[in-house]
Amino acid sequence: MPKPANSQRPQASFWRTVQAIMWKDLTSELRHKEIVSAMFIFSLLVVLIFNFSLELDRATRDNVAAGVLWVTFVFAATLGLNRTFAAEKDRDLLDGLLLAPIDRSALFVGKMLSTFIFIIIVESIVVPLFSLLYNMSLFTPLLLVVLVLGTLGYTVVGTLLAAIAIHTRAREIMLPILLFPVAVPVIIASVQASAGILEGNALGNISGPLNLVVVYDIILFAIAIMTFDYLIEE
Amino acid sequence: MINIHSLSKTFGLKPVLRDINLSVPKGGFLALLGPNGAGKTTLLRIVSTLSRPDAGEVSVAGLNLSTHASAIRQLVGVVSHKPLLYVELTAEENLRFYARLYGLVTAEPRISTVLAQVNLSAHRHDLVGTFSRGMQQRLSIARATLHHPQVLILDEPYTGLDQDAAIMLDDVLRSVSTAGCTLLMTTHDSARGLALSQRVAILSRGQIAFETRSIRLTPTQLEDKYREIVNA
Repeated sequence: MPKPANSQRPQASFWRTVQAIMWKDLTSELRHKEIVSAMFIFSLLVVLIFNFSLELDRATRDNVAAGVLWVTFVFAATLGLNRTFAAEKDRDLLDGLLLAPIDRSALFVGKMLSTFIFIIIVESIVVPLFSLLYNMSLFTPLLLVVLVLGTLGYTVVGTLLAAIAIHTRAREIMLPILLFPVAVPVIIASVQASAGILEGNALGNISGPLNLVVVYDIILFAIAIMTFDYLIEE
Repeated sequence: MINIHSLSKTFGLKPVLRDINLSVPKGGFLALLGPNGAGKTTLLRIVSTLSRPDAGEVSVAGLNLSTHASAIRQLVGVVSHKPLLYVELTAEENLRFYARLYGLVTAEPRISTVLAQVNLSAHRHDLVGTFSRGMQQRLSIARATLHHPQVLILDEPYTGLDQDAAIMLDDVLRSVSTAGCTLLMTTHDSARGLALSQRVAILSRGQIAFETRSIRLTPTQLEDKYREIVNA
């Protein structure tokens, strides 16, 4: 059974591990459609409720559109983030991942990218619906860039905090309580950047909030990579 | 191969393991018996790098647990009463996933071999969610042995298995042991533990209360010793 010279065995490379985690998560989701469908239905309901409950004139609607859009995505993404490690935790599968000789930060990146893809899929369906209901075009390249960067920042910090929340008893409640205060800078900056773009401002006029989103993404990603190893262990 | 020296672990104020000294030589098979709450699972979680000791030293293949945890993970396979399998994936997909995590370059032939060893070749494309408890446990053994571990750690592997599945697990463990793998197993089945292993130890109230060569005891003698220690 054992091979000789085991200490010389190659370890899985960082990106091979990331790919394996993503492949597993995407395959599972493709078969169960648990996370994406829940996020999509929730987003749709939020957009519809805002649309029909706030009977706004054109100008006011333009002003609140960016906020409504981000509130929708933040709440929906929180649903998805709650499931990031929950499946492993609920079925005692986390041990299987932690027993493997992998770089723990690869586990973080794999999980984070899987969740990011799920959220982007939902956003790509909700954005056209939002455009239709609010009678405004969201298909400007700059707005899509802000959506991707803002979502990335929220997913990075959300995945990190989800790793803490799974060790708590009321994790579904704990994650938003931990996440929202930490994610405030990226949410506010994303809303400001999005609002600026919807008002027709050029890149130069929204560079402040946009830069903040980029800096937030980089700093939180670095913190996540450095701390994840300690957070995920028993 | 496995050396445990003065190991202690406390959960809150409760000491779970107290000054454990234990060693399993290369190719050895130690069966660890003990009542619920004795600390068996905690001990195996520490040896398999899932938990950290509060005091003491653990080494596997000469590698210290506190400094070479990742290298130890490469050498160790773990089978527990939890199969650690994804029910929404097929048997083959589960093994392919773990093969990637363990850095196996040529995974497909190895997957076929381990599936044949646990008699699941015909079910390689079936979803694990459709498997019985016995089939899941067999696949769990295939998962644990996929990367040619030098050490196999088994935590109550017979839990929930029917008679046929338990006999098949016996055969797999014998063949793994014969091939030179070092085994450390906890079990409540003292007769089975005695029959399979080279040494038996009894863990009670967080301490190794008894240890001897399996050949020196009959199942009845072991039962009597177990009762004497546990009821003391």
